[in-house]
Amino acid sequence: MANIISDETIEYVGILAKLELSEEEKEQAKKDMGRMLDYIDKLGELDTTGVEPMSHVFPVQNVFREDVVTNGDTREQLLSNAPQEKDGMFMVPRTF
Amino acid sequence: MHIADMTAVSLAAAIREGKTTAVEAAEAMLARIAEKDKELNCYVTVDKEGALRKAAEVQEKIEKGELTGPLAGVPVAIKDNLCTEGLLTTCASRILHNFVPTYTAEAVRNLQKAGAVILGKTNMDEFAMGSTTETSAYGVTRNPHNTEHVPGGSSGGSAAAVAAGECFYALGSDTGGSIRQPASYCGVVGMKPTYGTVSRYGLIAYGSSLDQIGPLTKDVRDCATVLEVIASHDDKDSTSLVREDTDFTKALVEDVKGMRIGIPNDYLGEGLDAEVKDAILQAAKVLEAQGAVVERFDLSLVEYAIPAYYTIAAAEASSNLERFDGIKYGYRTEEYAGLHNMYKKSRSEGFGEEVKRRIMLGSFVLSSGYYDAYYLKALRVKALIKKAFDEAFAKYDMILGPVAPTTAPRLGESLADPIKMYLGDIYTIAINLAGLPGISVPCGQDSKGLPIGMQLIGDCFQEKKLIRAAYTYEQYEKK
Amino acid sequence: MSKQYETVIGLEVHVELATKTKIFCGCSTAFGAGPNTQTCPVCTGMPGSLPVLNKQVLEYAIAVGLATNCDITRYAKFDRKNYFYPDNPQNYQISQLYLPICRNGGVEIETEDGGVKTVGIHEIHMEEDAGKLIHDDWEDCSLVDYNRSGVPLIEIVSEPDMRSAEEVIAYLEKLRLIIQYLGASDCKLQEGSMRADVNLSVREAGAEAFGVRTEMKNLNSFRAISRAIAGETERQIDLLESGEKVVQETRRWDDAKGESYAMRSKEDAQDYRYFPDPDLVPISVSDEMLEEIRQKQPEFRSDKMKRYKEEFDIPDYDIDIITQSKHMADVFEATVELGAEPKKVSNWLMGETLRLLKEKEMDAQDLRFSPEHLAKLIGLVDAKAINSSVAKEVFEVMFEEDVDPEQYVEEKGLKTVNDEGALKKAIEKVIAANPQSVADYRGGKEKAIGFLVGQTMKAMKGKADPGAVNRMLKELL
Repeated sequence: MANIISDETIEYVGILAKLELSEEEKEQAKKDMGRMLDYIDKLGELDTTGVEPMSHVFPVQNVFREDVVTNGDTREQLLSNAPQEKDGMFMVPRTF
Repeated sequence: MHIADMTAVSLAAAIREGKTTAVEAAEAMLARIAEKDKELNCYVTVDKEGALRKAAEVQEKIEKGELTGPLAGVPVAIKDNLCTEGLLTTCASRILHNFVPTYTAEAVRNLQKAGAVILGKTNMDEFAMGSTTETSAYGVTRNPHNTEHVPGGSSGGSAAAVAAGECFYALGSDTGGSIRQPASYCGVVGMKPTYGTVSRYGLIAYGSSLDQIGPLTKDVRDCATVLEVIASHDDKDSTSLVREDTDFTKALVEDVKGMRIGIPNDYLGEGLDAEVKDAILQAAKVLEAQGAVVERFDLSLVEYAIPAYYTIAAAEASSNLERFDGIKYGYRTEEYAGLHNMYKKSRSEGFGEEVKRRIMLGSFVLSSGYYDAYYLKALRVKALIKKAFDEAFAKYDMILGPVAPTTAPRLGESLADPIKMYLGDIYTIAINLAGLPGISVPCGQDSKGLPIGMQLIGDCFQEKKLIRAAYTYEQYEKK
Repeated sequence: MSKQYETVIGLEVHVELATKTKIFCGCSTAFGAGPNTQTCPVCTGMPGSLPVLNKQVLEYAIAVGLATNCDITRYAKFDRKNYFYPDNPQNYQISQLYLPICRNGGVEIETEDGGVKTVGIHEIHMEEDAGKLIHDDWEDCSLVDYNRSGVPLIEIVSEPDMRSAEEVIAYLEKLRLIIQYLGASDCKLQEGSMRADVNLSVREAGAEAFGVRTEMKNLNSFRAISRAIAGETERQIDLLESGEKVVQETRRWDDAKGESYAMRSKEDAQDYRYFPDPDLVPISVSDEMLEEIRQKQPEFRSDKMKRYKEEFDIPDYDIDIITQSKHMADVFEATVELGAEPKKVSNWLMGETLRLLKEKEMDAQDLRFSPEHLAKLIGLVDAKAINSSVAKEVFEVMFEEDVDPEQYVEEKGLKTVNDEGALKKAIEKVIAANPQSVADYRGGKEKAIGFLVGQTMKAMKGKADPGAVNRMLKELL
């Protein structure tokens, strides 16, 4: 395996992705990610010099909406799925 | 003929002619579901009450002449990653175990306007990540042709429900083969249209640049009919295209004379099951006999599609799935110490293994220092793959090949080795990268009685050619 | 301190655009609505929802770019900035990193020594605002309101070209003026429609290389900005002097305490994993689009000042003050257009208007009275229908409620009494009641007449023309 994923990397990616893995899961994730990256490294075989990265397949551009209010008050619907709410707002753990 | 064995279009005709009713059709489906779904588990949610109420409503409108479309009154199953107002939508994930959308996906709304009766929501791989429907948090779906085998995925519930007669047709979504591959494994027709043809509004995103909604049906006529109804330009989806040529049923013509069909040598090479290969070549012969010009050719870059795809799809997914955080909807962990712990625990408990694997990979390939080497590189390779297809379509009207290297694997075989599972997507994945349309049409069975699918791939906006060829083949096989 | 240091400052200025709706959905941006009443699936990150760009946002952004001498990016894109926080419902913010809409601009500011200096603008990009977090001490939790989520912002990123708090404020004033003139935002620091983050580093005087910088947030007044710059400069110099290093970090300024503190946390990796948002299509700015926006650009301040000088006979000082607010300049011009004499209009703006603005701690753009009413008030004074002190009284009401001065004067009976008989009677009474002052005046104390005029005005309840009172008093004495 060419790509060795360190504990620090898994820890770091866990922070980015907001995932908490058990020790066992971490070991598995290290292996899986290493193997996937080995596989993805195959792309390195291709010379892509001068090739523009293609994020959109079609040259569709300039899709706009007009600046007109179309939405009304749908708070009740918005909050209908909230795990916790108070006074018309979503309740979350203290942010600071 | 049992009502459950009718196609969607023939059922709608029978309802219009007063030979049966939308309510009878819905009742027949609900009875079928009650009989079979305990074993098959095609559905995550069955909306018995809603379906019967809607059927009665639609029936009345049909009788009044208010609904005259080719799908009016026909019961449908919807993949559980399409939002349905008032009806549980889980993405087969624990993290959305209680999510009831307050809006309906545009594609589903188009069906509703056409008089569809929604039976329920079908099982899938969690967040459409998988090829077997085994990553669902709500149990595996079994292949109706052999319940020891998977139905494919990620739209496995939709494909199996159509195959088992638990619905007349279904909607699925296809990010890397998720409609075509289960259609192939279950012996039904499945189509992924050109990117932008069906609005993605209300489709819970996996890989936004790759996702497309499409039909899973009993035959090609149903497929063209459903696609015609769900295709629309939607102001709510910036990537939705304006198309004037969505009268797909016009292409239901038995004629492939002079059609140039290319078979990539790379699609018949190592890893392809011999029985599948024979079936595909046999199907090609049928089309040739009908007047098509069939040739072998070299489509380059085939082996680079999978690594490019998994980089792009994982990157987009890692971002798309950030919104599942236990604040606005869905699962929130019981106990936590502070905000970040709440995020981490909710997400770690809410997501399954495969989803976490792809989120981790996607977060990594986008992270500082790796973006250029992985993500941008993959987008460059995507451009090369698109170019390879452009070159192929300069020579051919369509590409013919297998959908998957094998028929449906046994339950439990695939998940053990993720990379091996990803390799199974080799013939379907490049089509999503290039935004092309592709259709899976049944073309026989293997020695175990498992269905085999043939894939036809068209250039952008060339769905009609695919429908014409698929229809011609299907009609020939029926005779 | 043994060494001489130089402070190097760059600003990231967020400006809330004055659109009716949010950047990616049709929800209202109006201020003050009940929590979460201006939201929809798009701006609350509901699964399956998709963004569509508000065209007005693009037009405003380009207009600001043109007015600040930027190059407009002809092929621009939106990117996702990924980070978890409850006010950010998707847990990514749609912003622009790789292809921002405007680049390489700059504005001129006046320096303390009277010179002119250009502050470079690195880029201007469009992005969405976050929701609001309210802290609930009772439940020991935070509450999220997404009404602000998706409100359009532009972020104007300057080059590190400023060297003092004064330059920073001059730059901000300049931006504010330009953007207000464009009508693209009201740019109120206190209300958060203009927000500045300060990037600051120090280096030894004469050094080429920049020092390590910090970013300071939560600065919502010019005063806070000045204090934060002074505080951070001192903190960094102290660190360097004691042989320590400045750490690149984000700090939050606490204006009440007069100090900043680091916003560090293990969970903030500051690795935003930007990538092009696949849900939005690229923007291609055509020549026509650019020309259309250029045509709509208003007359900016320097041109306006020049024109005022040519057209109106008012002092340079007045021109300077009036044109500092587009709204005030608009009021001025409209009032003159209605026939009022420019100098008189200017006097009202420079005098009473500025006095009341200061007294009520208001911004010139919040002036409520209409040009029609100001013109009428000036007309009443010209016609001697009211005297100047009554006029001031009426103006104060107009300033508050924009009343029609003619109607108001009529209703309240404030018209100057021009009845000579009534005035004569009142004066006779005053003369009779104040023999001492009368004697003083007659004895040569000219000043004593002032008291008698005052007494007469009082008797007339202010509704007399003081000139006429003076004249008649002298006659009768």
